[in-house]
Amino acid sequence: MGEVLEVMNDIQFNHEQTAHCESGVISNIFRHYGLHISEPMAFGIGAGIFFAHLPFVKVNGVPGTTYRVVPGAIFKRVCKRLGVKIESQTFSNVEKGMQELDRILETGTPVGMLSSVYYLPYFPASYRFHFNAHNLVAYGKSGENYRISDPIMETVTEIDPKSLAEARFAKGFPAPKGKLYYAVDVPKEISLQEPIRQGINQACHDMLKIPLPMFGVSGIRYLAKRLKQYPEKVGERKAVLYLGNIIRMQEEIGTGGAGFRFMYAAFLQEAAGILQREELSVLSGELTKVGDIWRNFAFNAGRVCKSRAVNNVSYAELSEMLMQCAAEEELLFRKLSKVKI
Amino acid sequence: MKKEEVPQDGNNMHEGKFRQLFYATDNAGQYVPVTSVGWEPENVAMTQAWEEIHAKVEAARQRVLAGEASPVLYYMEKTIMDLPLLASYVGKFQWQVKRHMKPAVFNKLSDNMLHKYAAAFKISIKELKEVK
Repeated sequence: MGEVLEVMNDIQFNHEQTAHCESGVISNIFRHYGLHISEPMAFGIGAGIFFAHLPFVKVNGVPGTTYRVVPGAIFKRVCKRLGVKIESQTFSNVEKGMQELDRILETGTPVGMLSSVYYLPYFPASYRFHFNAHNLVAYGKSGENYRISDPIMETVTEIDPKSLAEARFAKGFPAPKGKLYYAVDVPKEISLQEPIRQGINQACHDMLKIPLPMFGVSGIRYLAKRLKQYPEKVGERKAVLYLGNIIRMQEEIGTGGAGFRFMYAAFLQEAAGILQREELSVLSGELTKVGDIWRNFAFNAGRVCKSRAVNNVSYAELSEMLMQCAAEEELLFRKLSKVKI
Repeated sequence: MKKEEVPQDGNNMHEGKFRQLFYATDNAGQYVPVTSVGWEPENVAMTQAWEEIHAKVEAARQRVLAGEASPVLYYMEKTIMDLPLLASYVGKFQWQVKRHMKPAVFNKLSDNMLHKYAAAFKISIKELKEVK
């Protein structure tokens, strides 16, 4: 009897490790319902690729840099474009938030959640900062503990209820407020053409046409200009910290390498195959090369960080590399925006 | 980035337990997922971020031992929080938390308030009161 109950409570969930938590959760949950969307495809349809440098938004005193759109946006866009119906809830009360999670799990539905990585005990210790927008999936319980499919981990894992509650109801910005979400209607048959077209259009717009200097390709140039002046403007010590943060945002877990550029190139390649458009495949190859320039930038920035020497020349060189990234990406997205899909 | 170029610069930071996923191209130019144990520039940046945190924690510890600051400052640094985050955890304004970082004010805090700080830092009240 006990065995039977356990089986009833334990749905099969096919976990696959992905690079980024948001596109990964999308891919993993959709697959559970028989809709196969790869992580790069989810990232592309959701127009995840982006760039922004926001010197006024400081995290621990360091200016913010991002290589992707704001958390949650990819998910929202993909669901809308593919016609997937998602139910989502936030809670002001911890107990209610945990009870609702249990209730949905009992129906055999995998549940996505927002969490703070600081409170996830299975996370590598060195990555446990107060980052509040990490996505993971609970797909059942094992006694008290929750069975977790965390897309950036190699295998499934478990978490105790106390840690999960702390992670879901972490304070700070943005506060996850126990947010959970689950699919209520997933179409089996879909056409990817229109979603891909919309995703590409939006990415081209975001990279080329936002009329503010901090965003898209202009944002890369904006950072390049500021970076050049770091040593004289903020001093050697801070300059190194600022630089370190740019590298981390570009290469730390989730980016798939080179600040999501390789993931987007993988998307373009897959789209080329699906839509039979050779141009997209060529652009994928070109974006791979841009990704390699980004990596070269990170490699050299890492050396500057390591040597910690005040060397204005090296900052000027790094700035020059970013200018090159900007020029190449501008060219690439201009070409991409002209591809008729 | 080619599959063979996916960096495998391990360091002890992940205790060998964690591999992250990258997208790289195979010989035919097709993108495939490849796992990596780490990359030198990221390791450098990460180590540096932690050194900065450890330096802040140590500076706070010295100030507490010298009687210039209360344990609230030390534990805030130790749990990698900043003032706005800590204030929201204990349900106070930032200026109030800042006041609680003065030893004289801290020593007069109610048990209820101490309890809130201890819960935010996930330690006991006894641990909260003593910084070694």
